[in-house]
Amino acid sequence: MKASISIPADPKVQYLLRIGDTCLILGQRLGEWCGHAPIIEEDIALTNMALDLIGQARGVLTLAGNLCPQDYDEDQLAFLRDERDYLNPTLAELPRGDFAATVLRNLMLSTWLKLLWERLLDSSDAELSAIAGKALKEARYHQQHAADWLQRLGDGTEESRRRVEAALAMLWPYAAELFESDAVDAAAAAAGLGPSSDGLREPWLSEMAAVFAELHLSMPAQGPFRSSGRRGVHSEHMGYILADLQYLQRAFPGGAW
Amino acid sequence: MNATANEWPLWEVFVRTKAGLDHKHCGSLHAADPKMALQMARDVYTRRQEGSSVWVVRSDQIVASDPGDKDMLFDPADDKVYRHPTFYKLPDAVDHM
Repeated sequence: MKASISIPADPKVQYLLRIGDTCLILGQRLGEWCGHAPIIEEDIALTNMALDLIGQARGVLTLAGNLCPQDYDEDQLAFLRDERDYLNPTLAELPRGDFAATVLRNLMLSTWLKLLWERLLDSSDAELSAIAGKALKEARYHQQHAADWLQRLGDGTEESRRRVEAALAMLWPYAAELFESDAVDAAAAAAGLGPSSDGLREPWLSEMAAVFAELHLSMPAQGPFRSSGRRGVHSEHMGYILADLQYLQRAFPGGAW
Repeated sequence: MNATANEWPLWEVFVRTKAGLDHKHCGSLHAADPKMALQMARDVYTRRQEGSSVWVVRSDQIVASDPGDKDMLFDPADDKVYRHPTFYKLPDAVDHM
């Protein structure tokens, strides 16, 4: 068994892992729909988006790996870390739930990622800026796709409306974490690497509000609960998704096809 | 109610690979409305860089010839080779014809 790798305390690496891991874990979750989506066209759409996200993760993890003294590659970072060294927000790792939950989470995270990529176009790191240029187009489509579906479900039958409301109650408490800034954010902002998380809150809320207004959905109030995936403290679901993700590399170290 | 009454309508998908070329029919899909049909056409038929533009048309809006009329409509063209412009002597200056 290949030993786990460890991550340096470098805030630049941590900032990049928070982005790359969001794409990696959400991509893995969306991939679970392969063969299970309500219709074949949607099956293909969801897995297309999963592959977009994994492509984004590859770029960002490669960049993060280059900054580690051990010069890790994307596969080492994706497959050989322990749970506490994954820095995605908890929202990304929650179970895929039903189609309404998947669509709502996609809207929440694609809107967040879109705003992030927009700002990363101006990153002081030329490579990160180039990744953002490509990812932004993908995120814009993901956001539109999710918003359209949320509209259909929210405006559909009594059952679909009920499911949207249930998804909202379940997922909304995890949004707060996306906008909490700490020393990692401050260092990134100071270096011009990327924006501080709290700066995304207002634009995110206003884009979400625009979608919700058409559905006559109100945004739930924010309670005291705070998830903490971006600091490496994950929900009980994280271990299972990592087991899925890592099994092959752990069982056949360095295996490739 | 029959089984198809609950299904979304069928759409025909036409994809243009690059500017200047024509849209080519490439398949069909089920979708609830035009917007969904376009998105699904994008997701299903342009995954491998096939497209720069997509058209979707409700299948029931297409007026098609009756397969039973095939003989009447198309067989008479079989023996009209003179309709092909192959009986002209081309000047040497015209290449690739």
